[in-house]
Amino acid sequence: MTETTENITAEKKAVFPQEKMENSGPVPENQTQVNTESYQLNNLTPFAESIIQVSGEKLNNCYQCGKCTAGCPITYAMDILPHHIIKMVQLGMEEKVLTSKTIWLCAACETCGTRCPNEIMLSPIMDALRQRALNSKYKNKIGEKATAVFHREFLSSIKSHGRVYELMMMAMSIMKSGNLINFILKFEWVSYLKLLFAVLPKGKMSLFPHNIKKKKEFKNIFKKLNNAQKV
Amino acid sequence: MKVSYYPGCSLSGTGKEYGESTVAALKILGTEAVELNDWSCCGASSAHSAGKEFAVELAARNLLIAQDAGLDDFVIPCSACFQRTKVAEYALKNHPESYPDLHYKGGLDVQDLLSFVYNKIGLEAIKKVVKKELNGLKAVAYYGCQSLRHPEVTGAKNYENPTQMDEILKVLGADVLTWSYKTDCCGGSLGISQPDILRTLVGKLYDKALEVGAECIVTCCPLCMANLDMYQDAISKKFNKQYNMPVFYFTELIALAAGEKDAVKWFKSHVADSVKLLKEKKLI
Repeated sequence: MTETTENITAEKKAVFPQEKMENSGPVPENQTQVNTESYQLNNLTPFAESIIQVSGEKLNNCYQCGKCTAGCPITYAMDILPHHIIKMVQLGMEEKVLTSKTIWLCAACETCGTRCPNEIMLSPIMDALRQRALNSKYKNKIGEKATAVFHREFLSSIKSHGRVYELMMMAMSIMKSGNLINFILKFEWVSYLKLLFAVLPKGKMSLFPHNIKKKKEFKNIFKKLNNAQKV
Repeated sequence: MKVSYYPGCSLSGTGKEYGESTVAALKILGTEAVELNDWSCCGASSAHSAGKEFAVELAARNLLIAQDAGLDDFVIPCSACFQRTKVAEYALKNHPESYPDLHYKGGLDVQDLLSFVYNKIGLEAIKKVVKKELNGLKAVAYYGCQSLRHPEVTGAKNYENPTQMDEILKVLGADVLTWSYKTDCCGGSLGISQPDILRTLVGKLYDKALEVGAECIVTCCPLCMANLDMYQDAISKKFNKQYNMPVFYFTELIALAAGEKDAVKWFKSHVADSVKLLKEKKLI
């Protein structure tokens, strides 16, 4: 090491002590730490390439500024931060990404994509990762099963009727969520039952589904889905 | 003026009063909302999770029905429906080769209801229909995410600090307060599968609205409304507080200020009590 680089490193360490550099804020205990400095990105991994192709987002342009993570309202509940997801996709860390909670907790509010200086939209990347997760060997290790079940039930509801049958869709999502025991034991059902009795007399939730006339034409669109997403 | 109107699934269910107040407010403002014939679900947040092209095709079905209806303006009150329809329009315009069976000619002006009211009807026209000003009603305008983002798709200009609803509410005579959370996410469709996230995000919105002295939140999205209005008991329990925050659709307040008699019926259909506040302010 030359004298100059030594000076620079010493200076950097003084300004950014090591623990502060790796961890820019309070991180929940279960959050995966990624040491992004130990990798070098030369070529795209096949995993990254396939996610770029499905999402249409040039995630290789990401330079880890962290602006997406700074604006994300849900990071507190995520196991991997949004900008770390991008880095891990670049590096081909398939298992960690596809079994993460994060890809299912993104609410698609698009605050991240709107603010990204490299014009990368994260929501389509999360979508591509969800599809990939359901199609992969990790499909039994989905990080947040309840959200995956919700989307499935939603699509199944509209496939049957052409419009959402809210009451049944919500009931089925809760029943199949994998959290049913908690739902019962923690008395979550009490607040839902109260809510149901509050909205039913107001005519805000229909007991019966609304069906469209051209159901067959609508159902045909579902042929676009691949096997893993079939509802 | 006649416009094509896509209510979407929420507006015949949990957002029923948004549908009714939209049609009524537009009528007061001299616009007839013509509902699309045999419209179907736009796919909302679930379809794009399952497949990009699939999601575009679901939403495009309604876009093509609107094209056949032949009216220039296509107005969508639900922010999620609006965003999905815009994404479909964007895809059909920019990547027609991926959708050879869908023939979209363009020329249709796809707008969210708020933008339509603000841009095409305008503040002057709203001012003219006000019979009873909403004096003393301390409100914050809450826009949510999907009518604004991503701006390249939605065409929104002030996507970080939108002011359209603030300006409309001011014209109605309300005391509109400034806050920094008008475009923060309420959790959207995570409400059902991740109730705890919804409660955390919405609880924060209540706190921030209360902090600036707001007595109510006004929204333009049925999903925001459902999340903000329906779970106040559970959110109060989580944070050990007692929230009772009335939430309104901006269309309800336009109609109320214009003296619409049906308005009381809409307010009564909210889960959180909004009638009490309006009575206190002598507005109903």
